[in-house]
This record gives sequence, C-alpha cells and structure tokens, in this order.
Amino acid sequence: MSEVVRLSDVAKVYLMGEERVEAMKGVSFVVNRGEFVSIMGASGSGKSTCMNILGCLDVPTRGSYLLDGVNVGELSPDALAEVRNKKLGFVFQGFNLLARTTARENVELPLVYSHVPASQRRHRAMQALERVGLAGREGHYSNQLSGGQQQRVAIARALVNDPSIILADEPTGNLDSRTTVEIMSIFQQLNRQGITIIMVTHEPEVAEFTGRHIIFRDGLITSDTTYAAKDAVPPGEAGKP
Amino acid sequence: MSTFYQSFLIAMRALRVNKMRALLTMLGIIIGIAAVIAMVAIGAGASKMISDQISSIGSNLLLVLPGSTTSGGMRSGAGTTQTLTYEDAMAIKEECPSVAAVAPQVRGTGQVVYGNQNWSTVVYGVVPEVIDVRDWTIVSGRNLSQSDIDGATKNCLIGQTVADTLFGAADPVGKIIRIKKIPFTVVGLLGAKGQSPQGQDQDDVIYVPLRTAQRKLLGSQFPNTVGSIMVQAKDAEVLSQAEEEVKSLLNQRHRIGPNREVDYTVRNLSELLAVTQQSSKVMSILLGAVASISLVVGGIGIMNIMLVSVTERTREIGIRMAIGAKRRDIMLQFLTEAVLLTTCGGIIGMLLGVAGARLVASLIGWPTLVSVNTIVVAFAFSAGVGVFFGFYPARKAATLNPIDALRYE
Repeated sequence: MSEVVRLSDVAKVYLMGEERVEAMKGVSFVVNRGEFVSIMGASGSGKSTCMNILGCLDVPTRGSYLLDGVNVGELSPDALAEVRNKKLGFVFQGFNLLARTTARENVELPLVYSHVPASQRRHRAMQALERVGLAGREGHYSNQLSGGQQQRVAIARALVNDPSIILADEPTGNLDSRTTVEIMSIFQQLNRQGITIIMVTHEPEVAEFTGRHIIFRDGLITSDTTYAAKDAVPPGEAGKP
Repeated sequence: MSTFYQSFLIAMRALRVNKMRALLTMLGIIIGIAAVIAMVAIGAGASKMISDQISSIGSNLLLVLPGSTTSGGMRSGAGTTQTLTYEDAMAIKEECPSVAAVAPQVRGTGQVVYGNQNWSTVVYGVVPEVIDVRDWTIVSGRNLSQSDIDGATKNCLIGQTVADTLFGAADPVGKIIRIKKIPFTVVGLLGAKGQSPQGQDQDDVIYVPLRTAQRKLLGSQFPNTVGSIMVQAKDAEVLSQAEEEVKSLLNQRHRIGPNREVDYTVRNLSELLAVTQQSSKVMSILLGAVASISLVVGGIGIMNIMLVSVTERTREIGIRMAIGAKRRDIMLQFLTEAVLLTTCGGIIGMLLGVAGARLVASLIGWPTLVSVNTIVVAFAFSAGVGVFFGFYPARKAATLNPIDALRYE
C-alpha cells in the first residue's frame, strides 16, 4: 500500500500573547491510500490543529508533513493553496456552501480556481453530484436544500478535483442521526471506490463506521487502532437483502 | 482572461445581492463624475465662446500702429502721430513673404443721415482686403473694389447696426446716404459679427474707400497717412515670422537706427487670444478640481463599503481559500467588485453630466462643450478610483488567514 500522509514528530506552537500554547507536541502517523481514518479526542486535544495541518491551512512549527511525498511545510502560501485545490477535498461541520449559489456552482468552485474550462467544469460537477446522489438537484440554491443535502453538495465539491484525500471536520456534527448514517454511507461508498478519507469526530458512534481510530489527548496520540468498520446502512434501506 | 471573466461574474453576483447598497455606494461616484463632466463642459463652452469672440476680429492678425515720436524733448503717446503710409502697407504686402493680405485703414466718426433718420457712427477708410482680413461676410450687395479705391468713389459698405437704424427692415443696397453731408451710395451690407471682446458693437460701422476717406471725408494734414495697418499672416505658424518681417521692413523704410527711435508698434492679436484662452483654461481646471473633490469623497465611500463587504464575507473568503483560491484570486475578486462599482457609477455619472451640461446650455444659454477626451478621462478616472480605493480592502481580504476566516461567525 502506498503512503498518502506521513506526519513525523509534528508539533505546533501558538503564541497567545505572552503565553505559548503547544497544541501538538510531536505527533507521528502514516495514512495509506484507501484508508478511512477517524481522529477523535476531547476539545483542546489537538485534533483540530492536526486537521488544519493535514489540510494545508497551517504549517507545523516542528517536524515534517509529507503529502504524496511532498514536504508541505516548505511550501509558500500560494503553493499551499494549489495543494488544497488539487490534492485535498474539505468537508466542514457547517457545510460552508456559498449562499445564493446553486449546488452545481458550489461544486464547480474548486475547478474555477484550477482554471478548468467552463464546459468541462459543468460536466465534472454533474458527475460529482451524481456520485453523492444529488443528480437533478444541481439547480437548487444552498438555502433550498436540507442539511443532509447541503453536506452532500459539500462532499461533491470535495470530490470534484479527484483529490488524494478527503478531510472531513465533524461532517455529521450538525445533522440528525438518520442523516448522519446517510452521510457516513456515502463516505463508505467513496472509500470503497478507493478514496482516502480522514475524519475528525468526537462521537464514537460515528467513528464506528471507519476502519481506524486515532485518539488524541493533550497534543499527543494516545491510541491508534484498526477495527472492522461497521456498515452504515441508511434506516430506509435496513432489512433489505 | 478567463480569470478576469470569473471575477467579473462573481462581482456581478455580489453586487446584485446588495442592489440598494451598491446603488448608494455608486451615488458618490455618479455625482462626482457628473459634476466633473458638467463643470468641464461648461468651462470649455465658456472658453470657446470667448475665443470665438476674439477670432471674430479676424484670425492670424498683426496690427501695425503708429508709434510715439519725440519732438523737442517731449514724447507723445503711441498712435498720436501719423507715421504709417499707404506705401508702407503696399510694401508689406509685396516684400514680406509670410504675409497673406494687408489692410490699411483710417478711422473717423461722422453723422450719417438717410431720410429723416440720422445716426452717429464710426467711419473707416478701407481697402477691399479688409473683408477677408477681418472675416467679414457680405450678406447683400457687393464688396468695395480696387477701382473704388483708385477712383476715390463715393460708395460704401454699412454694418448691421447702421442698416437697422437707418433703414429698419428695408434693403439698404443701392440707397444713398449722407456721411458728413456728402452723399454715398450703399453698395453692400456687412453680415453681423456681434460684440468685440471689449464689448464694442462691431456692426456699428461704415466702410468707405480709403482714398475717399483720406481726401474727402476725414481730411488729414498728412493726406497719405493711414491710422493703422492690419496684416494677415499666411497661417498661425508663420505669424511671428511675419511679425519679424514687418518689423525689419518698417525699420528699413523708416530708417530706424541708433539716432531714431522706433515710430510704430506691432501688436500680435493672437497673443490676446492665447492669454484669454489661458485664463479660461485655468477656470476649467479650477472647476474640474472642485468637482473631483466629490469624486474623492465618492471613492472613500467605495472603500468604506468594500471594507464592510470584506468583513461580512470573511467566511466566504475562508471557504474560497480552503478550496484553493490563491491570494491573487481573492484580491482580484474584490478589486473587480470595486472597479465594477466605480465604472458603473462612472457611466451613469457621465450620462447625467452630459444631460446636466445640456440643461445648463438650454436654461442659461451658455454654450457647453462635451469632448470625447473628457469622457475617456472621466471613465479612466472612475476605474482608477476603483483600483485606488478598492486596493486596501482587497488586500485585507487576500491576507486573511484561512483558518481564522473559516471560523469567523
């Protein structure tokens, strides 16, 4: 299996005025292609900081982060923007779709920034929407969609540039239990198609749907275990063969 | 190019969302540009009115006047003596290559009588060239001819004011009037010229042949002298050259040397034009400067609203950055929005400004002049205001930290 992510002794120190806050104190782990990993921990454990670093929104103070073999810590802000655009897909807790913008236009947005021609953009956006089961909703505005649908648009947006990893930050935090299962089911389908997913969550029930749990505590990894993932079966489809 | 087009689309969308706000923000630019265009148009119109008045004297003109002389230690004022002759005028015409036409003239006043009407007016003794030199038109009848001059005939041309006073609406051509009790036949009627820059009525005038005036009408002690010589240069470029030629010729003819002071003066009428144009240009610039203050105020309004917009859309900026927008992309997006605001305002302002100038023109009867130049400059300026005042907010947006921007509530 090939490596996608390799963190070696990554530490992150913030300066809050005079105070030094060490959010990560030396974290190392490797994620291989095709894994579905959940990162868990209490608030303040460093999992969000880890996610920001994995997402190339922030760079480590110490240690190195190799993404597809490239040391991301050495890149300029614009080069980081390009990495985010081409290699990473983000799914946020609050969906973070653009308001007053249709589902298709939201999905097209990463392609706009990688200068893909309009006709091709449209085609790829439609394909991505189809993969998350939203075919036919492409013309709906963000505010005309339910929470679950909005999150699916966000997943389609994350998918559209064929990233190396999808990073999901509490993707089900704003959803009810039924929709949570729906979204997790989509993630599992995508994972089965070979997409690497790293998800931050604080809910053990959600983590159960993933194959590997990394648990953070006080800026360090306390456990990293592999499980057999539980199948996410949407309630409507339960009982079907 | 597609990047620009994308930013344009995003900016259009952002402005559509806040139509009222966009319009109010634009209002500053609209008023600014409209004021600049209207003010400059009115200034340019006034300037044109003045230079039209000045060129009604005639174009590319030099005026040669008798100078002062000293006799017995007493200097007399310029023009008090008669030092210029008809022969001087003829010599200028023949020997100065840059000169197109020469019109010597004498001036006097006289009482004119026709029927039971009478009028006191200015009588000039002239040559036929005066019509070309001073840009006169003849609306009825004919010009004086060289044979009128040579034969010292009692024919005359009259100006509109004289015609109106003596004849009312009737055609004066062919009628006989008495100038200082001497009967003259009116052979032509001069077209109206209006006021001179000094406010004199240029149409209150009678032209008689030069010889007739010298010998029969204005009786001078030196019958061959002329009061002044108007010299028309071939074009504006050779005007100062013509001035030099006239001066050196007259120096030679009047034997001006170390022991004899210059007894004539040459005035360049286009200098007067230049001076007047200069002053009206200063006025235009002043008006424009006052108006551009409101443009700057409008620009500050743009900056203010763009800053609000950046703050409001911090989260959107965060999302865009997270999915791969570079700083340049964000910067371009907000700059485009600001420039779009100002150029839209600029176009509306332009239309209003032109309309305003027209309105002023029709209400107070001032001429206004909207040049393509003004419009291009105003448009470029409004775009420039957008770039200038949009830069700081756009930079602020582009330098946001994506993590903070995403977390912004």
